Amino acid sequence: MNTMNMNNKQTDKSSPKKKSNYDLDLLLKLNKQMLLIRRFEEKAGQLYGMGKIGGFCHLYIGQEAVVVGINSALEEHDTMVTSYRDHGHMLVCGMDPKGVMAELTGRITGYSKGKGGSMHMFSREKGFFGGHGIVGAQVPIGAGLAFSHKYKKEKSICVTFFGDGAANQGQVYETFNIAALWNLPVLFVIENNLYGMGTSVQRSSSTDNFAIRGEAFGIKNKTVNGMDVLDVREAAIEAINYCRSKQKPFILEVKTYRFRGHSMSDPGKYRTRDEVAEMRKNGPLKALQKLILETGFNENQLKEIDNQIKIDVNKAADFAIESELPDEKELLRDIIIE
Amino acid sequence: MKSNEILMPALSPTMEEGTLAKWLVKVGDKISSGDLIAEIETDKATMEIEAVEDGFISKLIVDEGTQGIKINTPIAEFSENEEIYETNIDESNKNVISISNNEVDDVEKLSNVREYDKVVTFSADDTTKKITVREALRDAILEEMKADDDVFIMGEEVAEYEGAYKVTQGLLEQFGDNRVIDTPITEHGFTGIGIGAAFGNLKPIVEFMTFNFSMQAIDQIINSAAKTLYMSGGQMGCPIVFRGPNGAASRVAAQHSQCFASWYSHVPGLKVVSPWSSEDAKGLLKSAIRDPNPIVFLENEVMYGQSFECPISNEFTIPIGKAKVEKIGSDITIVAFSIMVGKALEAAKELEKNGINAEVINLRSLRPLDLETIINSVKKTNRLITCEEGFGYSGIGAEISSLIQEQAFDWLDAPVLRVHGKDVPMPYAENLEKLALPQTSDIINKAKQICS
Repeated sequence: MNTMNMNNKQTDKSSPKKKSNYDLDLLLKLNKQMLLIRRFEEKAGQLYGMGKIGGFCHLYIGQEAVVVGINSALEEHDTMVTSYRDHGHMLVCGMDPKGVMAELTGRITGYSKGKGGSMHMFSREKGFFGGHGIVGAQVPIGAGLAFSHKYKKEKSICVTFFGDGAANQGQVYETFNIAALWNLPVLFVIENNLYGMGTSVQRSSSTDNFAIRGEAFGIKNKTVNGMDVLDVREAAIEAINYCRSKQKPFILEVKTYRFRGHSMSDPGKYRTRDEVAEMRKNGPLKALQKLILETGFNENQLKEIDNQIKIDVNKAADFAIESELPDEKELLRDIIIE
Repeated sequence: MKSNEILMPALSPTMEEGTLAKWLVKVGDKISSGDLIAEIETDKATMEIEAVEDGFISKLIVDEGTQGIKINTPIAEFSENEEIYETNIDESNKNVISISNNEVDDVEKLSNVREYDKVVTFSADDTTKKITVREALRDAILEEMKADDDVFIMGEEVAEYEGAYKVTQGLLEQFGDNRVIDTPITEHGFTGIGIGAAFGNLKPIVEFMTFNFSMQAIDQIINSAAKTLYMSGGQMGCPIVFRGPNGAASRVAAQHSQCFASWYSHVPGLKVVSPWSSEDAKGLLKSAIRDPNPIVFLENEVMYGQSFECPISNEFTIPIGKAKVEKIGSDITIVAFSIMVGKALEAAKELEKNGINAEVINLRSLRPLDLETIINSVKKTNRLITCEEGFGYSGIGAEISSLIQEQAFDWLDAPVLRVHGKDVPMPYAENLEKLALPQTSDIINKAKQICS
């Protein structure tokens, strides 16, 4: 734990001055992770445009504070599972940007040897269990991972991310029921970015308060502003502590916004340019960097960090593009464990 | 039937006989409609039966503890008037309906013990015991749970109820509720949770009360369990067994009577296994539980109560992907799986009377398929019939037929014929249901057609 004052922040989270109480190292670490996701995704978007990445590619730009905030409250042995908008999650879990980018470009050096692509990557070593392409399917899987932690009497919890779109899937509620019934240590994080593909929450959901959707099952919940990484972190600490100590599920709804389309091929006709521009003004990176500058850190230093990340991301892109395609023998490998 | 008889009731769709566990009335007792009169034990459960008319018990025809009482056998008589009766049990009747398990030498007498039992052979080293398919499945689960703490079983009614079909009888008591886990009736959710647990290095056995309900969960089975290993470049194994009764039961109509063998066999990443006998059930299920891959294990409700010789050793397993030649023959090859193996053997026996010596292959595994054994047989017999209970269209038989014409065309002297269920949703009416299901006579007729 860093040298921040958790208790004060809880009661006074709107005050930027209080936030300056956070340890600079922590702020810089969060900034670095969020910037890595931002620059990585920008590069992925660029490679997609060049035809180096195929198929579906769902960028996380705008939502970085969610996974970075949550991850900052996790312990090493905890596990994570999410949907197909998964690049950011993999990066904060400590997966190598080179391996992730190589998977996006379908190379043998990718995390799935080029056989999974953007939506299907995993690292047992880093506790990242995908990367799932079917909307909502990761929700019972995450509860199942939590079940395995409990069964083996591990102290780990599983964080299960899903969006506002998936929150309307039937299996989510089957899972809420069982997770509550069996007291599974699972944190459900609903990343509400206001649009399920091209349909707004208002047009798809009878109510827009997703956090309370577990109340009928007796699941505690909280809603937090996902454009502020420190708010997310604080809520996550509370939620994760609850899941771990009580061995129970918790639902955390995080209000966020994606700056890009649902996938690369999304023309974005369902929302106005003005709306996106307005949200970008209040982006999560800007908010965090403002705090960092208030500590006396200067613009040039921030720029330097950014430049270093750009270099790393470019290296990852070069590595991906220069890597070999999978050998044709890979076609028939990994279907069944012999 | 006399108007004042109380008959042995059928208490489930597939029940053929039961045990009169306990009389709750005695001769002379006044009974009213709705009164409990006896406890009947079936192979699935013990249930109480009620009087449906008013009167006085005038005679108890069968003794408490009598086993093997066929449904619709008179078990008691009642009178409308109160009278005095001297004896409870009619001794002369008792022998007719009481058949204890030890007395079954004449196998024809019991519908659930068939002639084809005698065909099953084992190596000299195997000590065997006659047990039901249900017991064989239970033994497999029990032995594997004992051997490996990471194995657990979950599903509807598996724990406190001891299994909708009693397959998990005694497991809760032995292993506790951390490892024998009742789920809500929500297949999609609990299947996904099972798969997540398998990703978390546990070895779940997920029971579907019937495979019809696995349709609720088929996305998880296909998209999560079957494909993730490949999509992760080999990192994410999913050691899980999905098991339960598949195919038709008896008189439960279209939504509860379908064979899903061809559905699951279609998918790379799954192994699909379908046992026939107790030996198959035990040996294959133990292999399935130990297998690091997702396995769809298709049982058959009608087979649960049937008895076969089965090796008792804890070490006994059957390799997945290997078929078994149940009967050696020279004139025609009949391949079948699950309940159809018994029908194929019956057909083979009948065909012998017509001078046709059929070889019968029990496929045991549908994916991977033991094509080698089928081809070797066809090379000898030059004729092939496939049998399955499911629909013919895009079925297992269609696949085998195609593979054989691709790989053993020159060995065929006749077209490959398929025996399968009719192309209709399963009807409820008894006569229509029988017409919809493939029968022994269908196999005999097709065999004669290509052996003439």
